Amino acid sequence: MKYEDAIKKYDPVIGIEVHVELGTATKMFDAAPNTFGGGPNTNVTPTSLGLPGSLPVVNEKGVEYAIKIGLALGCEIAETCRFARKNYFYPDVPKDFQTSQSDEPIAAEGQVEVELEDGTIVTVPVERAHMEEDAGKNTHVGGATGRIQGADHSLVDYNRAGVPLVEIVTHPITGTGERAAEVAAAYVRTLRDIFRALDVSEARMEQGNVRADVNVSLRESPEAPLGTRTETKNVNSFRSIERAVRFEIARQATLLEAGEKVVQETRHFHEETGETSSGRPKSDADDYRYFPEPDLVPLQPSREWVEELRASLPELPAQKRRRLLGEWKFSDLEMRDIVNAGLLEAIEDTVTAGAKPAAARKWWTGEVARLANQDDKHPTEIVTPAQVAGLVDLINEGKLNDKLAKDVLTGVVAGEGEPAEVMKARDLEIVEDTGALEAAVEEAIASNPDVVEKIKGGKMQAIGALMGPIMKATRGQADAGKAKDLILAKLGV
Amino acid sequence: MTELTNKSALELAAGLNSGEFSSVDVTQAHLDRISATEDDFNSFITVTDELALETAKAVDAKRSAGEDLHALAGVPVALKDLVVTEGTRTTAGSKMLENWVPPYESTVHNKVKAAGLPVLGKTNLDEFAMGSTTEHSAFGNTRNPWNLDHVPGGSSGGAAAALAGFQAPLSVGTDTGGSVRQPAAFTGTVGVKPTYGSISRFGIIAMASSLDQVGPMGRNVADAAALHELLAGHDPLDSTSLPDEVGGFLSAAQTSELKGKKLGVIKQLAGEGYQDGVRTAFTAALETAAAAGAEIVEVDCPSISYALDAYYLIMPSEVSSNLARYDGMRYGLRVEPESGPVTAETVMSATRAAGFGDEVKRRIILGTYALSAGYYDAYYGSAQKIRTLVQNDFAKAFAACDVLVSPTTPTTALKFGAEKAADPMALYLGDVATIPANLAGIPGLSLPAGLADGLPVGFQILAPAREDIKLYEVAGPLEAALESAGGRVLDTLAEGLNAK
Repeated sequence: MKYEDAIKKYDPVIGIEVHVELGTATKMFDAAPNTFGGGPNTNVTPTSLGLPGSLPVVNEKGVEYAIKIGLALGCEIAETCRFARKNYFYPDVPKDFQTSQSDEPIAAEGQVEVELEDGTIVTVPVERAHMEEDAGKNTHVGGATGRIQGADHSLVDYNRAGVPLVEIVTHPITGTGERAAEVAAAYVRTLRDIFRALDVSEARMEQGNVRADVNVSLRESPEAPLGTRTETKNVNSFRSIERAVRFEIARQATLLEAGEKVVQETRHFHEETGETSSGRPKSDADDYRYFPEPDLVPLQPSREWVEELRASLPELPAQKRRRLLGEWKFSDLEMRDIVNAGLLEAIEDTVTAGAKPAAARKWWTGEVARLANQDDKHPTEIVTPAQVAGLVDLINEGKLNDKLAKDVLTGVVAGEGEPAEVMKARDLEIVEDTGALEAAVEEAIASNPDVVEKIKGGKMQAIGALMGPIMKATRGQADAGKAKDLILAKLGV
Repeated sequence: MTELTNKSALELAAGLNSGEFSSVDVTQAHLDRISATEDDFNSFITVTDELALETAKAVDAKRSAGEDLHALAGVPVALKDLVVTEGTRTTAGSKMLENWVPPYESTVHNKVKAAGLPVLGKTNLDEFAMGSTTEHSAFGNTRNPWNLDHVPGGSSGGAAAALAGFQAPLSVGTDTGGSVRQPAAFTGTVGVKPTYGSISRFGIIAMASSLDQVGPMGRNVADAAALHELLAGHDPLDSTSLPDEVGGFLSAAQTSELKGKKLGVIKQLAGEGYQDGVRTAFTAALETAAAAGAEIVEVDCPSISYALDAYYLIMPSEVSSNLARYDGMRYGLRVEPESGPVTAETVMSATRAAGFGDEVKRRIILGTYALSAGYYDAYYGSAQKIRTLVQNDFAKAFAACDVLVSPTTPTTALKFGAEKAADPMALYLGDVATIPANLAGIPGLSLPAGLADGLPVGFQILAPAREDIKLYEVAGPLEAALESAGGRVLDTLAEGLNAK
């Protein structure tokens, strides 16, 4: 059954668990550096290796970041919460338990407003955000696929073991209907933007800083009880999230149509095919024997601290978008293009530097984006907001027209200097010599009697036909406005 | 037995200070004593003679140079082999860690090193501190110096035997349910379980994290007090470490009086199931205390009756999790399956099957069960509630007296292979008087109170949490009163050993 048919027939319910690696200097429970890369097993201490006798100590910065995330998601911050041990045997878990939080998370019950492509806002209910530590990384050697099956042996790197994570769990997200897959991806993108705005994580999907597990189930109707869900693990790009949800909805619908049952299990997503495959059955048989971590004392973030953090929260992306939309008077579509292109900050800074919002938007999304695209770069990598504002200034002062400004921009991008310098160096400033302009205008009038007739007859748009020759004669440096005034004056219109 | 090994730690400290002898003399005397007696006692898993002499030499040099030294500098000490020692193998009494040489240092050993105490070696224990006889050690039984046919107690059996056998003047043990106090009672020595969090657990191989506490041990109260002062104090590496300033233990032990002290006899711990000789010695000690001016009252701690049950749920639960890491993947023993595929899972399974002894396995199984979904509330959850009740009972009891007292153990040291020693349930019952203190986190001390059938009897004192000093305020003068009434318990042994 195809996705399109599946969502007509069934009501999809999704649930998403997002793990974000916090950008603290050290790990969650020990002093080992929290950095990406480095030789295997170099960023470790006795605690992150789980050596006999080692003990954990809570990283206060990690707690601070978790509280900030909780606050940004509108959660209640617990007055007291605890860490718990999640017990399971696996070589990448050095203590054979993961220090996590179970029934006492640091943050609970919030919501995230997610904006879809067309501007629709969907509210995603958040059940909880809790702190935990990451596991190490297994590398399977000797097999064809790099998977454990067929491997000769496995290597474990504990550099990542103990890296602080916050896991954000949604309540079941209902009522999304045909947009379920889109909502799933947009939700994770929104969280990614929030993490970056809070500066609690680099939040780079491709480095695995943000990872999502996607739960999907189907039911006959919104009134029916929830169906059996599957959990697709570690889906690590927005596009993959969307594809994984689409695939699961279609797959489950096909099963249900055939009168079969959906098996509750974890599934793996395959980038190459866009399909998911069965992992291990997940059922009540999964018993992590949670109990409060006795090596740590309960955490009691003071209300003063929480309020301090709340007051220090930066403006979140959604708030900022709403504010700027009002200030700039762009259309919803224009605003979305800016956000999707990652140009909101750049345009805001350009406006702060003195440019009008419309001009800033025009240059960033137009010529700057085009030039950046040629070099496979982001627009903000090739010019600064101050430079764009400088360029706009020169246009406003009448020293450049759009065409000349593009030339100046090329020079700025090439590293020739600031816009004013490039304009001077390349000799691009608009000609102020009215003698030369007058000559060009007269020449144009003389050579185009038919156009002149039209203008005299009241067809003002015909002036454009004279501008070509004038510009040609002045090598583009004529001020279009002045040329127009001259033509009208000479024709006595 | 030389004169030097017969001296208490404080006597040795005084002699070192006055220049009567050197730390090398003292350390060598104890090392000689160890090599002469280890065949009998088997107190040590590893003797670190070279390191000990190196430390002794360094301390002697500093003393000659007139440097400021710790009061116990140069006095040798033995560490239970649960204390991580960087560069010296640390086994936890288990085959699992038979060849494990720690690459890092424990806070306890750091403190001992900083104070300049030569470490004689690592003492024997029941595997991962689970047991009360040392019979569960992978390195053989330690025998009680009082009678080699009897157990020295456990799990800090090696630590206690090293003291009673005059192999070491000071020992560091650990106490999760009585593992310092019970062997102290069985060997006629003094063992202290401080308030939970008094001494750092960083680098102490974990048995049950919420119950484990390092304990100073000596042949008399003052020695234990001095060692307690050395070891205690806040450690930022242990999140459960108390921020309290510590001190005054030694002077409390040396200068306090029994007059006016209120000793509460715990009704639930003075009656049935106790060996006659133990009861007699305990009652006699109470009379001695009363004669010295102490007031004896009876107090009721009803929930103590459930303490043992709660302990045997909480302890194994934490054990099952703490011992999960011994899986053959990173350090210690690694065993591949005899047949079938070699995978992480089969190696973990084969390693744990081969590396752990029966008692450890029994507790891991118990704990795994108690924490399982569907049982958690009934077992671990209920046990935690009892824990709160025990704490409340103690709080009420301490409102009516300064300290609580009881016999440390229901019996004197059992014989190896005795019926009781083979029955785990009977052995668990032997911890009935010591366990409540661990559940409540309060401090406890055992000191010798005479003999029963030629074996020592332990007298336990319990004090409110973070008031460890009260242990010494009573134990110090009580020890003096008991000695003037009946002589020093250990002198009897010393005479016996000398006669050999």
